[in-house]
Amino acid sequence: MKIVVCIKQVPDTTEIKINPVTGTLIRDGVPSIMNPDDKGGLEMALRLKDAYGAEVTVITMGPPQADLVLREALAMGADKAILLTDRKFAGADTLATSNALAGAIRTLKWDLIVAGRQAIDGDTAQVGPQIAEHLDIPQISYVADLQWDGQRFLVKKETEEGYQRLAVAGPCLMTVLASGCKARYMSVRGIVDAYNKPVEIWGADHIEVDEEKLGLKGSPTRVAKAFTKGLKQAGEVFEVDAEEAVGIIISKLKEKFII
Amino acid sequence: MLVKKDYTGVYVFAEQREGVIQSVALELIGKARELADVLEEKVVAIFPGKGITDQCQTLIAHGADDVICIDHPELEFYLTEQYAQVVDQVVKAFRPSILLFGATTIGRDLAPRLSARLETGLTADCTKLEISETRELMMTRPAFGGNLMATIMCTEHRPQMSTVRPGVMQKLPADPNRQGTIIPFEPKFDKARFKVEMLENVKEDKGMVDIAEAKILVSGGRGVGNQEGFDRLRDLAEVLGAEVSSSRAMVDAGIIGHDRQVGQTGKTVRPDLYLALGISGAIQHLAGMEESDFIVAVNKDKFAPIFQVADLGIVGDVNKIVPLLTERLKGMIK
Repeated sequence: MKIVVCIKQVPDTTEIKINPVTGTLIRDGVPSIMNPDDKGGLEMALRLKDAYGAEVTVITMGPPQADLVLREALAMGADKAILLTDRKFAGADTLATSNALAGAIRTLKWDLIVAGRQAIDGDTAQVGPQIAEHLDIPQISYVADLQWDGQRFLVKKETEEGYQRLAVAGPCLMTVLASGCKARYMSVRGIVDAYNKPVEIWGADHIEVDEEKLGLKGSPTRVAKAFTKGLKQAGEVFEVDAEEAVGIIISKLKEKFII
Repeated sequence: MLVKKDYTGVYVFAEQREGVIQSVALELIGKARELADVLEEKVVAIFPGKGITDQCQTLIAHGADDVICIDHPELEFYLTEQYAQVVDQVVKAFRPSILLFGATTIGRDLAPRLSARLETGLTADCTKLEISETRELMMTRPAFGGNLMATIMCTEHRPQMSTVRPGVMQKLPADPNRQGTIIPFEPKFDKARFKVEMLENVKEDKGMVDIAEAKILVSGGRGVGNQEGFDRLRDLAEVLGAEVSSSRAMVDAGIIGHDRQVGQTGKTVRPDLYLALGISGAIQHLAGMEESDFIVAVNKDKFAPIFQVADLGIVGDVNKIVPLLTERLKGMIK
């Protein structure tokens, strides 16, 4: 079995803070990490590899320093890594990103594509299904568990009310939840190996896609403006003992006709 | 070449599950009404399902002018390809200017698939939709875990597509006398592409309540400490007739299920009263609750960001204040 796993390097958004005076994002010193859902997806792929034998290729699109998440994936047990990096990819929205990734995946051989459900910097959950459409293969999103019965992939998909069990034969794409399975740590051996394995670097010339569909040119959506949310005016804050605090809360709730 | 005037109308994917129209569909119709009134165009609901024809009037009562009703046995359960084919055919036949989806596990699966099929833009999880002076849709959404807001436009492609999370927009009150047109639509399925089989659709009783529907939320965070602390919150919620919810810390600690998580990766809520107890107020959390009508925060740390959005803040120990508050309210409400 051949599996391609799409991963993304993201800023750890839980570490981002807002400068209370200027209202702007403080990005300095924010660590870059492998997107958590993608890491869950990689883990699922590696479990299939452990159980049935598979070749796992990781692919990412990003700046040259995104090499780091690929090394991490190799250290976890991936076999091959591809970095899509080219100025022609810059400014891509989700559709243009999915076109670039699909263009690269077209040149590979695979039975299964795995992606994270969504990235914590964009939270769109769009690129996975868009890749599936470009490649004309079925998708299953919100995957919490993935098994192979020798012929079909058996999938547990989370829903708002519970879950579904789905089956799909042949090539397909899954988008995976980080909560689906706890990712393994890199082994010391793996880390050493990761730097001995090559990361292939591909530009726009290397992939099978119309250049008009890449980067800013290939992006139907544009950011018209970006801004930090102004925090609303803070209310009164009391620093009193518990007894008095309860009195204040109750009188406020009465005033607001809540009780 | 795109001729924009050929694309008109604000369309809503009217999501149903087992024949029950989802609240988010009505919320989107409410918003679509507002947008369509600015544009002086129609609100149209795209309504696929099985045995659903008799419910079209509900969509009209909440603000739809037309309902495109696709009542077909293949559409009993949501499966990506079946639904994608239907909505793709409707879009190609009717040419909407705007197309909205609920940001549910269905909408967030279907909309990106369609955006790639239709080669148009899609903006996820919008919290604000407006019409610009040039009659384009302005879609505002949080990014970077709610740290940043971005307004996105899709001016050279149609339809302009976006998803909106449940609870963000408000539905209009139903007017049973409202008139509208029901348009039956016969889909042409390419069944060779139906590759995914549903083996089982399981509904779990996770003690599940939709916290987005609650009028009062008693919400706990790290400061509550442990299971025992959270049980005290449940007591308070019971007295107030409220539901309990939480920040991500409590979900990660396994004290409460993900369905009760408020915030960027949980749910968006806007209750009449939000009691933030032992919640410091990470931006991800604030993104999910700051629209609440009245926010009371109790936290030990007087510099906690939650106090910046709270209408009433108490610097103190939740584990002392909560039991006392519960006792006092019990006495009053009896």
